[in-house]
Amino acid sequence: MNLVILLLIPLLTALLVLLVKSATQVKVVALTGSVFQLVIAVFLLCAFRTDVAANGNHLAHFEQNHQWFPSLGISFHLGVDGIAVSMILLTAFVVLAGVLVSWNVEKMTKEFYFLLILLSFGAYGFFISLDLFVLFFFLEIAVIPKYLLISIWGSGKKEYSANKLALMLMGGSALVLVGMLGLYFTGNEKTFDLLKLAAQQIPTDVQQICFPLLFVGFGVFTALFPFHTWVPDGHSSAPTAGSMFLAGISMKLGGYGCLKVAAFLLPAATKQYGDYIIVLSAIAILYGAFATMMQKDLKYINAYSSVSHCGFVILGIGMLTKGSVNGAVLQMVSHGLMTALFFAVIGMIYERTHTRQVNEMGGLLKVMPFASTVLFIVGMCSLGLPGLSGFVAEMTVFVGSWERTGMFYRIATIAACMSIVVTAVYILRAVSRTAMGPVKEQFAGLKDVSWYEKLAAVVLIAGILAMGLFPSWLTKLVEPGVSAIINRINGI
Amino acid sequence: MLNDFFILMKMELLVTVIIFLLLLVKLGKGISNDVLLPIIQVGLLLNFLAGFFLNKEGILFDGMYYTTPLAVVQKSILNLGVYLISLLFADWFRRCENLAEFFVLMLSALLGMFFMISSGNLLIFYLALELSTIPIAAVVNFDLRMKKSSEASMKMILSSAFSSGILLFGISLIYGITGSIQFAELSVIVTQSPLQILAFIFFFTAFAFKLSIVPFHLWTADVYEGSPVAVTAFLSVISKGAVAFIFLTVLYRVFHSLNYTWYHLLVALSVITMITGNLFAIRQDNFKRFLAFSSIAQVGFILVGVSADSVAGQTSVVYFILVYLFSNLGAFGVISAICANTGKEKISELKGLYKNNPFLTWVLALSLFSLAGIPPTAGFFGKLFLITAGASRADYWFIIVAALNMIISLYYYLIVIKTIFSKADDQSVQKIQLLPSVKLGLMICAAAVILTGLMSWVYDYIAALK
Repeated sequence: MNLVILLLIPLLTALLVLLVKSATQVKVVALTGSVFQLVIAVFLLCAFRTDVAANGNHLAHFEQNHQWFPSLGISFHLGVDGIAVSMILLTAFVVLAGVLVSWNVEKMTKEFYFLLILLSFGAYGFFISLDLFVLFFFLEIAVIPKYLLISIWGSGKKEYSANKLALMLMGGSALVLVGMLGLYFTGNEKTFDLLKLAAQQIPTDVQQICFPLLFVGFGVFTALFPFHTWVPDGHSSAPTAGSMFLAGISMKLGGYGCLKVAAFLLPAATKQYGDYIIVLSAIAILYGAFATMMQKDLKYINAYSSVSHCGFVILGIGMLTKGSVNGAVLQMVSHGLMTALFFAVIGMIYERTHTRQVNEMGGLLKVMPFASTVLFIVGMCSLGLPGLSGFVAEMTVFVGSWERTGMFYRIATIAACMSIVVTAVYILRAVSRTAMGPVKEQFAGLKDVSWYEKLAAVVLIAGILAMGLFPSWLTKLVEPGVSAIINRINGI
Repeated sequence: MLNDFFILMKMELLVTVIIFLLLLVKLGKGISNDVLLPIIQVGLLLNFLAGFFLNKEGILFDGMYYTTPLAVVQKSILNLGVYLISLLFADWFRRCENLAEFFVLMLSALLGMFFMISSGNLLIFYLALELSTIPIAAVVNFDLRMKKSSEASMKMILSSAFSSGILLFGISLIYGITGSIQFAELSVIVTQSPLQILAFIFFFTAFAFKLSIVPFHLWTADVYEGSPVAVTAFLSVISKGAVAFIFLTVLYRVFHSLNYTWYHLLVALSVITMITGNLFAIRQDNFKRFLAFSSIAQVGFILVGVSADSVAGQTSVVYFILVYLFSNLGAFGVISAICANTGKEKISELKGLYKNNPFLTWVLALSLFSLAGIPPTAGFFGKLFLITAGASRADYWFIIVAALNMIISLYYYLIVIKTIFSKADDQSVQKIQLLPSVKLGLMICAAAVILTGLMSWVYDYIAALK
C-alpha cells in the first residue's frame, strides 16, 4: 500500500474543513475524515501482515524514496515497521475519539477541527518517515496546533500552560535537531536517511554526544524526568480533545523517537547510558505515582499518572531486553488509548458537573451511569486489571525487566512494581469518590452522556479490550522491529 | 564588448531607466499617483523577469564590476522585494505627496545595492555603499510632519556616516599595507599580520553597523519606528539582504585567508546578536519596534550560516534572505494595511483581529510562523539550512545556543499569534477593505511562505549557481 495516503487523508480533511461553511458541515467532514483514517490504519495493519507473510520482516515495509533537497542529502523516505504500524493504529483510534468528543465545541469550530486534524497529520508523518529531516519536520508540525488548542480553547491558567508546553517541547526538538546534525556530519556521505545512517559505523565519541541530545530531546515529549513539568499544566488546561491528543498521540512521538532514532541509531551509547535512563524512569514512575496521590483535580490526577505510566515506557527502553522494549511499545499503545479515554470521560463529567474536583462530586453512578462505568473501566485499566490493556503492557515491562540480572536492575524493577500499589490507591479513591456514595443535591438533575460521547468511549474501549484480551497480535506485530533494535545493541 | 555591457549590466540599466522615467514624469505635471504606481510596478516586474535570462559571468571596467549568475539571482531577490513593497504599501503610496521622488530615491538605493553586489574593487564598493545609504536616509524622513521621522532620519545619517568613516579608515589601511584595492588581487595578498587583522576588523565593523549586529545595533529600533512602514520594510529586508550578500563575497573571497579570525568573530557576535535581539523583542509592544528587534535576532541567525565558510553556507544565506523577504514583507504588509485604515500600530491593539479580518490574520500568522521557523512554512527550511551549514564546523555549543534561541524567538512570535486569534471585544479591529494590489502582494507573500520551502528546486537552483 502507498503510505502517502496516510498523509493525504488528514491533509485533504483539513483543507476541506477550512473550505466548508457551517459548523455542522465541519464536524461531518472531520468525522468522515477520521473514520477514513481508522479504516486506512486497519487496512495498513492487514496489508502489513500480508506483506510480512510474503516477504518476511524487515525495517521498512512499503518503502518509497523520493528526492527532496538532493544537494543536502535529504530525501522524502517513507516506510513502516511493526512499531510504526502499532503507533499509526493508536493515532487513528485517538483521532476518531477526539473528533467525536469535541462534537459540542461551539467557539471557532472550524479552526478547532482544523488544528486537531493538522496534529494528526504531523503524527502520521512522524511515524512513517525514515529520514531524520522529514521526521523532524513532522515533529514540529505537531507542536504548534497544541499551543493554539490550549491557548484559545483551554481553561484555567491556559496561557501559562500553553507557553510552557510549546517552549518545552520546542526546546526538546531543538536538542533533537542538534543531535541529528551531529549524526549528519559524521559519515562519509552526508545524509539524514535513517537506514543509511544505521548502516554506517558511527564513532563512539559522536554517539556519546548525540545520544543524550536525541534521547533527552525526544524524552521531553514523553515526560522524561525532570522534563515532565509541562505535562500536568498542559493536560489540565487543554480542552478535552486537546488533552486526549496530547497524551494519546503527542507523548508517543517522544517514546517512538527515543526508540527508533536514539536507541536504534546509537547502539553503543544506548548501552552505555542505559543505567541513567533506568534511574530517571524509576524516579518518574514513583514520583508520578506519589504526586498523583496528592491531586484532587481529576485532570491533574490523570496527568500525573501519565508521568508515572510513561515512566514505564522509558524504563522498558532503558532495560534493553527484548521483553522490556516490547513492553515499552505495548505500554505506549495502552497508555495512549487509556489516557485518551480517561480524559474523554473527565471531559464528559466536567461538561455536566462543571467541576473536576474529586471531593465536590459523589454518586454520579446514579445520574450518569454510562460515564461512571467508563470511568470505572478506565480506572481498572490504569491500575492493571487483567483483561485490559494496562495489565498486558505493564506485565510485559516487568517480566522483561526482570530478565536483567544484577542488584541495580532488580531494585529498579521492584521499585517500579511498587508503584502499582500506589496507582491502586489513587485510582480507587478517585473512582469511588466520584461515582459512589449518595448523590449530591446539585447533581441530581444531570443527564447522562450523549451519543457522540458514547461512541467515542466505545471506540477507545474497543481498542483497550482488543489489546487486553488478545495481546498476542500486537506483540507479534511489534516484536520483529524491537528485535532488530535489541540485536543491534547486543551485537556490540 | 558593447553587447556584453548591456547583458551583464541589464539589472542596473533597467533600474536606471525607471529612475529617469520617473524624473521625466516629474518634469511634466498632472500624473496622479494612481497612474504612476502601476508604471513603477510594471517596470520592477520587468526587471525581475529580466533576471532569469542571459545570465553569465563577466568582468567590466578593468575588474571594477564583476557579475556572476549568483549575483544576478541576489539582485533579482532584492528587486522582487522592492516590487512587493510597491504592491504592499499602496495605501500609503497613494496618499504620498511626492511619490515620484520617493521612488527615485528608493530605486537609487536599489541601484547602489546592485553595484555593491557586483563590486570588484574597494572604491566602487564604497561608492555603491554610500549610494545605497544616503537616499534611504532621505526617505526615512518622508513623513514630513512627524517629528519621529526626522529624528529617525538624523540618527540614520549620523550612524551611517560614522560607520562609513570607520570603513574608509579600514580601506585606507588595507590599501596602505597591500598597495591594492582590487578584490581579486587582495584575496591573494592578504596575510594574517596584526595590522591587516586590525584593518580587517575596521572593515568588518562597517558591515556590522549596516547589518545591525550587536553591539552596533543601537540605531535600528528608533529608525524603524520613526520611518514610514514602507521604508521600514525596505530597511529591514532589502538593505539587510544586500549587505549580507556582499558580506558573503567579502568574507569568502577577499578575506578568505583570515577565516580563522572572522570565524571566531562571527560566532561571538552571532551569539550576542541573537540573544540581545530576542530578549529585547519580548518586551516590545509597538509592532515596528518588535520587528526591528526580531530582525536583529534574524541577522544573528544569518551569521550562523555565514560562519560555515562553504558553498552550503553561501547557498543557505541567499535562500534564507529570499524566505525572510517574503515572511517579513508579509508581516509588514499586514501591519501597514491595519495602520493605514485604523491607525493601530501596537501588538496589544491587534486583539481579536481574526474575527473581522481572517485573511489578514492568516497572512500575519503564516509570516510570523515563518519568521519563527515553524514547518511547513519556508522559514523552517531557511533556518534549518542555516543551522545545518553552520554545524559543519562541529561546534556543538554554538549550534545548541542557536537552536535554543529559536525557542526564545518562538515565545514572542507566539504571543502575537495568540493575540490576533484571541477573542474579540468592542475594541477589536474593524473590517478592513484591502486595495487589490495590497491583496495581491499579501497573496504572493503567503503563497511563497508556504511553497518556497516545500518546493525543493528553489534551494537546488540557488545551490547550483556559481
